[in-house]
Amino acid sequence: MADKVLMKGNEAIAEAAIIAGCRHYFGYPITPQTEVAAYMAKKMPKIGGCFLQAESEIAAINMVYGVSSTGKRVMTSSSSPGISLKSEGLSYLAGADLPALIVNVQRGGPGLGGIQPSQSDYFQATRGGGHGDYHMIVLAPASVQEMAELTVKGFELADTYRMTSMILADGTMGQMMEPVSLDFDIKPVPEKPWATTGTKMEREHNIVNSLYLSPEKLEETNFERYEKYKYIEENEAMYEEYMVEDADIVVAAFGIAARVSKNAVNEARARGIKVGLIRPITLWPFPVAPFKKAAEHAKKFISVELSMGQMIEDVKLATDCKVPVTLCNRVGGMIPSPEQVLEAIVEADGGVK
Amino acid sequence: MAVVFDKPHSLIDVPLHYCPGCTHGIVHRLVAEVIDELGIEGRTIGIAPVGCSVMAYDYFNCDMIEAAHGRAPAVATGVKRADPENNVVFTYQGDGDLASIGMAETVHAAARNENITVIFINNAIYGMTGGQMAPTSLPGQVTQTSPYGRDTKHCGYPIKVCEMLSELEGAEYLERVTVNSVKNIRTAKKAIKKAFQNQLDGKGFSLVEVISSCPTNWGMTPQAALKWIDEKMIPYYPLGCYKDRSAEKEAE
Repeated sequence: MADKVLMKGNEAIAEAAIIAGCRHYFGYPITPQTEVAAYMAKKMPKIGGCFLQAESEIAAINMVYGVSSTGKRVMTSSSSPGISLKSEGLSYLAGADLPALIVNVQRGGPGLGGIQPSQSDYFQATRGGGHGDYHMIVLAPASVQEMAELTVKGFELADTYRMTSMILADGTMGQMMEPVSLDFDIKPVPEKPWATTGTKMEREHNIVNSLYLSPEKLEETNFERYEKYKYIEENEAMYEEYMVEDADIVVAAFGIAARVSKNAVNEARARGIKVGLIRPITLWPFPVAPFKKAAEHAKKFISVELSMGQMIEDVKLATDCKVPVTLCNRVGGMIPSPEQVLEAIVEADGGVK
Repeated sequence: MAVVFDKPHSLIDVPLHYCPGCTHGIVHRLVAEVIDELGIEGRTIGIAPVGCSVMAYDYFNCDMIEAAHGRAPAVATGVKRADPENNVVFTYQGDGDLASIGMAETVHAAARNENITVIFINNAIYGMTGGQMAPTSLPGQVTQTSPYGRDTKHCGYPIKVCEMLSELEGAEYLERVTVNSVKNIRTAKKAIKKAFQNQLDGKGFSLVEVISSCPTNWGMTPQAALKWIDEKMIPYYPLGCYKDRSAEKEAE
């Protein structure tokens, strides 16, 4: 087992990306993800890679589109307002079936919002963000270790399925320091015969494109893409269950909200309340199965979020609205305390009795 | 029998969708001839824009990428940086794409002296969407969205891209040409060839602005449109080389 190093979440993402073989990074400064760019700026020139500060988020995502077209691993990172700007490019990446890793270290919104942690881009991330029918694989780390692990996983999933993966973190995850092991087994990158690397006069020309003027062809392409999405939904959902088996109350939370919630669950258990936690690690595909299963015995769900209630909709869908789901939240850069979550659990428990 | 005229290999033998009298076909051919002559088809990657030449990816035989509106220089930056030693990268963009929605990408690619070739078609109108006012539409020019003529008090003046970019330290080569006569077509080809050769020589950002015609949306016959280039476009957009940094250095 390799030694652990103490790193910031943002730095762990950058280093893991390099380990995963990413040699191209494009970005535009925005708080609170700056450390990703700073790390890349230092490291890339020394390992024959390319760090380039783009003139805008829009340019950065299109540089990503360019590198991805050539089949190489590439990434960009930003925070909420910057992701809105990148959303045009995210739609084009989806339309052209290009793999890439996008990091969103979320901050409070809407508009310029604030620079403190938030989870209020959940809808934007899980529903695609840009125009048209598409999805991204959305990964929600809850530790610095996962920031690194899910970065590697994100690249692998992106290449496997020819689509974008997004790390949906938040300001806390990005800024906090924890020991992290960077000992990864990197799988070989799949062949990319579709890439525009130059024909070398040996094959027909490749075209990377999202334009289909024939509605029949465009419909067919969308249907095919959604077949792929269906497969991903059935095979790639990731989650952590914590004391759910006998739970009357189930807390749903991801990222920093899940860490806070775990403390509250432990405290509630100590008080004799049968409560558990489901922590989605993939937000798309949403881990429907553990929620469906838990809904068979749990009487109440609590969605703990740093938003006005976005994931709560997926919790309701996953449980077919069979059991009540309440929201426990803080927004605007505020984080719920374990006491607040505990209070919500106790209140739900009162309803159970 | 000696072949005296042939289609360039790097241009696919399919009917182009362009309107009769449009000069896109000529410029496509010039770009393809240059790619053939330089023997770079196998390592060239072209970036098509949004606009009339959106389907250029179906016409060039080299690998092609379709970019979002105005983003071709950023996409080209990515492609070039992915393999700077091998990849020869060109963008082919219209005036709405390059000088309006994509102006930031254009200016910064030039400022970085990005080692790419940009073919810029300036026909003073948005063709694909049916003839709206472009950033390069002339003062007084009647279009669908300037039905009383472009009023400079209301919507300002056309942008002279070569002149503007020539102030940037970064840009290597900027030349404005046209293709409304055999003589001008020959000059245009020389400029396009230089813009590609510069990339092969690692000299950097090279842009050729081609003053082009749009008979359909100008509401003219092809002949009248070519004449209009001489009479209206060129006085506003003088032809010539606006920057050739390497030549200037040599001269010093």
